[in-house]
Amino acid sequence: MAENNRAVIKLKEKFAGSVLDVKEFRGEVTVTVTRESILEVCSFLKDSLRYNLCTDVTAVDYLGKQDTRFMAVYNLYSIPNKDRLRVKAPVPENDCTIDSVSGIWKSAIFLEREVYDLMGITFTNHPDLRRILMTDDWVGHPLRKDYPLQGPDREPYKGRLS
Amino acid sequence: MANKEVMTVNMGPQHPSTHGVLRLVIELDGEIIQKITPHIGYLHRGVEKLSEHRTYHQTIPLTDRLDYLAPMSNNLGYVLAVEKLLGIEIPERAQTIRVIMAELTRLKSHLVWIACHALDIGAMTVFIYAFREREMIMSLYEKISGARMTSNYFRVGGLSSDVYDGFEKDVREILDTFPGHFDTYEGLLTKNTIWTNRTIGNGVISAEDAIDYGITGPALRGSGVDWDLRRDNPYSGYEKYKFTVPVGEKCDTFDRYKVRLIEMRESVKIVRQALDSLKPGPVLADDPQVCYPPKENVYNTIEGLIHHFKIASEGFPVPEGEVYQGVEAPKGELGYYIVSDGGTKPYRMRIRPPSFCNLGAIEKMAKGAMIADLVAVIGTLDIVLGEIDR
Repeated sequence: MAENNRAVIKLKEKFAGSVLDVKEFRGEVTVTVTRESILEVCSFLKDSLRYNLCTDVTAVDYLGKQDTRFMAVYNLYSIPNKDRLRVKAPVPENDCTIDSVSGIWKSAIFLEREVYDLMGITFTNHPDLRRILMTDDWVGHPLRKDYPLQGPDREPYKGRLS
Repeated sequence: MANKEVMTVNMGPQHPSTHGVLRLVIELDGEIIQKITPHIGYLHRGVEKLSEHRTYHQTIPLTDRLDYLAPMSNNLGYVLAVEKLLGIEIPERAQTIRVIMAELTRLKSHLVWIACHALDIGAMTVFIYAFREREMIMSLYEKISGARMTSNYFRVGGLSSDVYDGFEKDVREILDTFPGHFDTYEGLLTKNTIWTNRTIGNGVISAEDAIDYGITGPALRGSGVDWDLRRDNPYSGYEKYKFTVPVGEKCDTFDRYKVRLIEMRESVKIVRQALDSLKPGPVLADDPQVCYPPKENVYNTIEGLIHHFKIASEGFPVPEGEVYQGVEAPKGELGYYIVSDGGTKPYRMRIRPPSFCNLGAIEKMAKGAMIADLVAVIGTLDIVLGEIDR
């Protein structure tokens, strides 16, 4: 089914070397592309396939589950075609950067700031990359899996010892 | 020689129109706004992080608190996302009651919006009237779920309980009286010179810019974009109901006000249709792995008690995968992106907050306006800080 998706066919045609994976789950199509091609893929999706609304930019931390630790996730929507598409790009831990798509969709300005703040992924060429929910001098990125739930220096309560 | 110095002014967090915890740093040339920098994050509670450490059912009360003016819309988005992950079917009665409650929630949220927006601009009467009407929906909330605000009423697979006797009568009373109240608000505001002068031509954002900034919901429709998730990506059986989606033309504060008012009238229509089609039946899916057993079994049989205990303490496993479910919440598109690793807790839950994205466009909307008009722009965005900071 995912192979018949309009966007998937076009993307495979145009960016054959960059598409890493195509998946369909519960009727939702997810395309994984390389980190280097994210700008080209996104501008193609917006200009040629009319994915004009960047609904959400977020990231998932796969600490110890996958080789590349982070996955940047873009949930796109096309208002003219009433159609959703999810684009993902793996981001390694040792070079935690990815190009900013805020030049393509302005909604990414705020959304990428949040990912930077809580996940610690740096978006290159972002116009105003500052922390947004935590204070400027906050140490660490709370949504990472190795960040303790109750905050730094506090181990979670483990129950009675005896 | 004229002195052209820029003055920086702090607006909020305690300014009444910044709704408690929003701070705006404004650079002013005289009274004209040159630049706005919003500072948020005063409430950050880490709902996304907390949900990674709780089972799927235990996360529902957290979603109530995202948008405390529309708790049931938040519940709805979350349970729909989990149900999509699980791939389970929901009984029709549960779906219809969900639609009724979601639309009443929209009314409730829009009533607070009109109250606060009018008060920001200086109209006190509408504020008092709208809160009086909201009280009717609040008491319905209380009767149906036991809580006035944090309802925690929807469950994965259906509802926590069926509606009480006399629910239909209470809802019909709301439906019969509300259109008259809307007329009152319109009579007080729509042709009022102070209101029109403060709202027409203020906070203009074009359709293209609005989409670019990720504005959704009534604020986007005010800019003339004919798009509503309830109609375009229906969920919970919205495709069965007839309603129109209002759109604005001039893309200003007044258009967004009109769009929301018409939306409230349409919500009344949807609730009436849903109530007419409400049939008796179960309100929970037939899936013992996921759904709590009926309360009489829990109280009267040991098997039922163990069953309840197991689901409450261990949760239920969810197939590996990822889904995104967006719903048309009163403020715009509220989306839940859930990644499951096959366990009983979400591996990653991301909430797509409508107000957060709407707030991102505040500079675009208010740049070049007078500082007094900024108050009207904040009101027209209908921001809820609980959702922005999560």
